[in-house]
Amino acid sequence: MIWTSLADLTHGFEIALEPHNLLYCFVGVLVGNLVGVLPGMGVLSAVSILLPLTFGMKPVAAILMIAGIFYGAQYGGAICSILLNLPSHPPHAVTCLDGYPLTLQGKGGVALGVTMMGAVFGAAFGILQMMFLAPYVARVALSFHAADICSLMLLGLLAGSTLARGSPLKGVAMTAFGMLLGLVGTDTATGIERYTFGRYELADGIELVALALGVFGIADFLRSVNNVAPVNTTYAKLKLRDMRPSRAEAKEAALPILRGTLVGSLCSMIPGTGPVIASFIAYATEKKLSKNPAKFGHGAIAGVAAPEASTHSSIQGDFVPTMSLGIPGDAAMALLLGALIIHNITPGPRLIVEHPDVFWGLIASFWIGNLILVFLNVPMIGVWVRLLTVPYRYLYPAALFFICIGVFATRNALFDVAITLAIGIFGYLLLLLRFEPAPVLLGFVLGPRFEDNFRRALDIANGDLMVFVRRPISASFLAICAILIALQVYARMRKAKPPVELDSAAVH
Amino acid sequence: MLNFLERQREYYAGALMALVGVLSGYKATTYDIGSLRSMGPGFFPLVLSVLITVLGIAIAATGHRGAPAEAHPALAHGHRFRVDPRGWTAIFAAVVAFLAAAHFAGMAAATFACVFIAALGDRQNTWKSAALLALGLTVFAVVVLAWGLHVQMPVFKGF
Repeated sequence: MIWTSLADLTHGFEIALEPHNLLYCFVGVLVGNLVGVLPGMGVLSAVSILLPLTFGMKPVAAILMIAGIFYGAQYGGAICSILLNLPSHPPHAVTCLDGYPLTLQGKGGVALGVTMMGAVFGAAFGILQMMFLAPYVARVALSFHAADICSLMLLGLLAGSTLARGSPLKGVAMTAFGMLLGLVGTDTATGIERYTFGRYELADGIELVALALGVFGIADFLRSVNNVAPVNTTYAKLKLRDMRPSRAEAKEAALPILRGTLVGSLCSMIPGTGPVIASFIAYATEKKLSKNPAKFGHGAIAGVAAPEASTHSSIQGDFVPTMSLGIPGDAAMALLLGALIIHNITPGPRLIVEHPDVFWGLIASFWIGNLILVFLNVPMIGVWVRLLTVPYRYLYPAALFFICIGVFATRNALFDVAITLAIGIFGYLLLLLRFEPAPVLLGFVLGPRFEDNFRRALDIANGDLMVFVRRPISASFLAICAILIALQVYARMRKAKPPVELDSAAVH
Repeated sequence: MLNFLERQREYYAGALMALVGVLSGYKATTYDIGSLRSMGPGFFPLVLSVLITVLGIAIAATGHRGAPAEAHPALAHGHRFRVDPRGWTAIFAAVVAFLAAAHFAGMAAATFACVFIAALGDRQNTWKSAALLALGLTVFAVVVLAWGLHVQMPVFKGF
C-alpha cells in the first residue's frame, strides 16, 4: 500500500515538474499570495476571481494553479492579519489575537517567520495524510451504494452548515437555499427546465463563478465601500532578517507547532470541522497548556504558531474527503470541487483511479508549491509588506472589473454578469440579516449530486424510505447526523454558546 | 434605522427565508411531483422549499434568544451597517455600465467605465484619481486580457 503510493507519487512529480505545469503552479502561488496580502481580499475572493483564468487550460494545469492560488492566498492572508490586525479569512482571526501584539512590539517579522515554520510543517503533515489516507478512503467508498452516499452527503452538509459559525438554523437554511440554486437549469433525469423562467441562458444552470463572485465579491463590496477602517501600516515595516526567530523563540514555537498540526489533522477528519474550528481549538489548547497563560493575547509566540500550523494541516487534510469522497468540508473546497466539475472531472471515489494524473500531480505540486511559498515569501517579504499599503478605494474598483470580465470570460455571456450583480445584491441583503454565505456554495455544489443519489437510492428501493435506515453504513451516518442535531439543541437549551461562535457577519 | 434593524433582524431573516421557500415551493408545484417510487422534476424542489419555509419560521420564532454574539474586536473592523447611497449606486452603475459598454463599445470602454464609476463611489477618490485608476486598468485589460489571454471581447466595437 505504502509502496504503491510512493510509486504513484513519483509519477505525480513527473507531471508536476513538467515545465508548463511547474510554471502554472508558480504563477498560482504568486498571484494567490499577491491577492491574499491585499487588505480585504480573502482566500475565497482570491480563488473565485482567479478561477475563470484557468478555464482555458488543461485540467491538470488548471487544478495545480488553483491549488497554488489557494494556499498562496492563505499565507498572504496571514501577513495581512499579523501586520495589520485585519483577518480577511476566518481562520486568521485567531492569529490576530497574538500576531498583532507581536507586531506592536516590533516582532512582526518573528511572528511571520514562526507562521511560515508552522505553515510548512502543518501542510507537510497534511499532505502525508492525504497521500496515504485518501486512496484508502476512496477504496472503502467504492462499495458505497446510492443510499450511503446520500446519507454521507447529508452529514457533510449538516456538519458544514451547523458547526462552522453563526446560528445553526440559519446555516442549514443557507445550505438548503444553495441546493435550490443548484437545481436551476435542466433536470438531468427528466430533461425538464426548472426555475429558468424561460431564459435559455439559464438552461445550463447558474455559473459557479457567478454565484461565488456575487456572494463573496459584489456583496462584500456593497458592505465595505466607504465602510472600512483606515489601515494602520505604521508598524508594518520589516526586513528579511527580522523574520528569523531567535533560538529561544524557535524553541518556544516548536511544540505548539507540533500540537497545532495534530489538532488540525484530527479536525480535518471530522466532516464539517474545517480550519476555523481547528485554529480555535489549537489556540485554546496552547493557552491551557502554557505555563503563563496570561501572556496569551499580548504577544505569545505559541498563540501564533499553533493556530497557523493547525489551519494549514487541516486545510491539507480537508483534501481527503474532497478528493476521495467528493464531499467538500468548506466553501473553499466546494469551489475547488466546482472547478473540477467544470473541467469534466467527476469528484468521488473513482477520481484517484480514473484521473491519477490529477490526484498525484496535485499532491506532488503541494510539495513543490509549499517550497515555492517559502522562496517567495522569505526574500520578497518587503514587496508584500509594501502591498499592504494599497488602499481599499483603489482595490475594489479594480476587483469589481476583474469580477465582471472573469464572469464574462467563463462562458462569453454578458447575461452571467447581470446574474452576478443580482446575486450580489441579494447576497448583501443576506449579509445584513447575518446569514453566513459560505454554506450556500456548499449546498450549490452538492445539491444536484444529492438529488441524483437520492433519486437513485429510492428508485432501487422501490420508493421505500426505510432503505436509508436499513443499510448499516447509511444508518450510521444518519445516527451521527442525529447526534449532531441533538448536541445543537442541547447547547441551545442550556443557553450555552456553541464552542466556536464568531460574529459571522463581520468576518469574511 | 440601525437599532430597529438590529432588534428585528432575526424576524426579517426568518421572514425572508419563509418567503423564498413559499415562492420556490409554488413554482415547484407547477412541475410534475411524481412519487417516492419515481420522482418527477418537482419532487426535490418541493422538499427543499418546505424545508426552507420551516427553517424560516423557526429562525423567526427563536430569534429573540439569539443575542448577537460577542465579536472579536479584530473582526468587527468597520462593517457596521450604514446607508451609503453613493457607494451602492456606484457599484450597481459600474456593473450596468460594464454590461452596456461591453455590448456596444468593446472592452476598452467597458473597462474604463466600470472602474471609473466604481471608483467614484468611494468618498476619498477624486475625479482625477478615479480616471487615472481606470486608465491604468484599461491599458492592463487590453494588453493582458485581450492580447495576452485572448478574452473573447473585441477591444473596440461599433465605431
